[in-house]
Amino acid sequence: MPDVRSRVYAWLDERIGLKDIEKLAKKKEIPVHRHSFWYYLGGMTLFLFGIQVITGILLLFYYRPSAEEAYESVQFLMAEVEFGWLIRSVHAWSANLMVLALFVHLFSTFFLKAYRKPRELTWMSGMALMGLTLGFGFTGYLLPWNELAYFATKVGTEITGALPLVGPFALRLLRGGDEVTGATLTRFYGIHVAVLPLLATGLIGAHLFLVQKHGMSVPIGVERAGYDGRRLPFFPNFLLRDAIGWLAALAILGALAAFFPAELGKKADPFAPAPIGIKPEWYFMFMFQTLKYLPAHFGPIEGEVVGILGFKIGGLFLLMIPFLDRRSARGERSRLFSAIGVAILAYMILLTYLGYTMVPTQ
Amino acid sequence: MRRVAAALAIVLACALAASAAPPAPAAKAATAPASPRPDSCVTCHLETGDDRLAGPAKAYTDDIHRAKGFGCTACHGGDPNAEGMEAMDPAKGYIGKPAGARIVQVCGRCHADARFMKQYNPSLRVDQVAEYESSVHGRRLRELKDPKVATCASCHAPHGIRPPSDALSTVHPLRVADTCGRCHADAKYMASYKIPTDQRDKYKKSVHWNAMSAKGDLSAPTCNDCHGNHGAAPPGVNWVGNVCGQCHTVMAELFGKSVHAKAFTQMGVPGCAACHDNHDIRPTGDHMVGATGDAVCASCHNPDDAGGKTATTMRGLLDALAGEWDKARGLLEKAEHAGMEVSQPQFELSSAKDALVKARAAIHAFTIEPVKAEVDGGLAIARKAHARGVRALEELRFRRTGLVVSVVIIVALIGGLLLKIRYLERPRAAGTKSS
Repeated sequence: MPDVRSRVYAWLDERIGLKDIEKLAKKKEIPVHRHSFWYYLGGMTLFLFGIQVITGILLLFYYRPSAEEAYESVQFLMAEVEFGWLIRSVHAWSANLMVLALFVHLFSTFFLKAYRKPRELTWMSGMALMGLTLGFGFTGYLLPWNELAYFATKVGTEITGALPLVGPFALRLLRGGDEVTGATLTRFYGIHVAVLPLLATGLIGAHLFLVQKHGMSVPIGVERAGYDGRRLPFFPNFLLRDAIGWLAALAILGALAAFFPAELGKKADPFAPAPIGIKPEWYFMFMFQTLKYLPAHFGPIEGEVVGILGFKIGGLFLLMIPFLDRRSARGERSRLFSAIGVAILAYMILLTYLGYTMVPTQ
Repeated sequence: MRRVAAALAIVLACALAASAAPPAPAAKAATAPASPRPDSCVTCHLETGDDRLAGPAKAYTDDIHRAKGFGCTACHGGDPNAEGMEAMDPAKGYIGKPAGARIVQVCGRCHADARFMKQYNPSLRVDQVAEYESSVHGRRLRELKDPKVATCASCHAPHGIRPPSDALSTVHPLRVADTCGRCHADAKYMASYKIPTDQRDKYKKSVHWNAMSAKGDLSAPTCNDCHGNHGAAPPGVNWVGNVCGQCHTVMAELFGKSVHAKAFTQMGVPGCAACHDNHDIRPTGDHMVGATGDAVCASCHNPDDAGGKTATTMRGLLDALAGEWDKARGLLEKAEHAGMEVSQPQFELSSAKDALVKARAAIHAFTIEPVKAEVDGGLAIARKAHARGVRALEELRFRRTGLVVSVVIIVALIGGLLLKIRYLERPRAAGTKSS
């Protein structure tokens, strides 16, 4: 048996260079310090993305992307297909956990100033991946073609339409017409299962390459406190710890799917009035709630437009953080940017809380 | 040329003015449309300060007739351009305050004239006077000169007449019972007629009043829907079914063909009202069917006669379907609350509910076969839905068991990984190395 294994290994090594890969894996090491825990979040996000890909492909076998059949196909999947409920529920819950893991990964990177030189591009590719993930969430939400998804998409795309100059064009581009119709559904479907996965695969590749190239960043605080240089081999020590997290995530996903299977609700009816208390997915809630609090007009400009532009500027600010935070780049403590991060996080949590606790009319 | 143009303009202006003003029927030139502007009647009556005289003038501001351009003289006659008592000169057609038959005559002058009414409301019926003549009110007025009977002004508040669709109208569906009840619920006023005066109170306990007042269904019947409005009369014993059948068509048709239809007529029992009462019609229920207890059939049949046996069988069929439907619904709801996707069987189960409704309607044939046909169909649907519910709950148990097994496996794997990590890192004294 060992002979067979070594012969197979030798055969593969000759063709794909297994020894080089092994050498690379053995060379990769992870810094060990009091903040090492946060290094696991990237792997966790990647694992959940993998779950999304697998369950997404399985869903494709049954899903029919048209206004006439989408809801019924999901209903059939949930009620008739063996383990169909599990696949859809895991897909839905995994999406939520992935966004959560991504947020935690992003903010831990932010607070540990891991974006500082020479990891600017790693940060920027991560930010782009965050944008893509939100795009996945937005486009996927409509696909079951149920009442909540329909009206949430209507409101969501309307917000895009409020943008100055490009708004009406962007609205029609997103919707495939003036209203949310079957054309919007097929458009969102195409974006969700082809365009975004393609972009995400490329960006994840680039992100992982950069992580591999630069290694894990040691926080400034740890460096200044006199980092002792302790390191843990990535393979297999760190990977095995990663796997423990992934298995735990799998158990949580299974429990969520078994106890809180993804709901389907009523089929979308474009002629029905919007139900009271339409809410977007939780990760859009802080933006949605902000727009509600804004006055109708700021001088000659619509409040909604100001809000959207504000979020765009905020996103751009976050994207450019590595170039704005000069102190971190020099390896110095950067309390201002830490405070900004705390403020952003507090704002998001507060507005999300208000979004779920305020009565629908407010 | 300019003169011709000016003349044409004047003619055109006159034509436009004429078309904008309320049309005055030639035949009623002396009494009908007066100027919409305040006339001497209103001016004087308001100035008297006496509410008995000023009241009508004030109330008339909201009257539909005023909105259409009619003044006081349209009904009372007289001259609105004359001042003082001259305006009320009988020589100028003044008739004072009409009463009894005169009221019907005054209202009918316009309201029975199809050609005249078309100018104002082409869809309004013009047979009110003819109907009134056929009513108990009209007949007593004509034949007995009874001064107490209702005439037009008794129900349509004089000087404040509004369309029936207006919520403030005395004949708006929600106010009809009180309007009729003003006389019919007044025991003292009705004493000489020797008829009950509890109709309004009974009606307000009925399922119909509840539908109208609590559920806002203005199409639910009130007094005039069963008794007629202008032709108001109590339904005869042998045509009660036709009255109820205006809405309850299926039941009326089945009842009409049933053995009870003929028997009730011979016995002088009023069809539907024999079991459902007339004014205080309560919500129906399966408890009404059967030969024992509070079943209405038990008032004529005993459990051992043929009718009693049929009633018992029909009740058994209804109970079987209602029970099976309820069982399936409960089970599917339980599955739904547990997060199972059961919308399809729930939708299918609604057909069993339909079958139950049809079976309840089929009771009015008073034979077993039509009831059984509906119940059998409904039972099959309900049992199928119940089986789907059982399957859903079994699936739920399977999921929970599967979850427990998966978690056990995952925990075992985690344990294995922890051991592996421990094993890997043990020989290297803390498992780390310095760079």
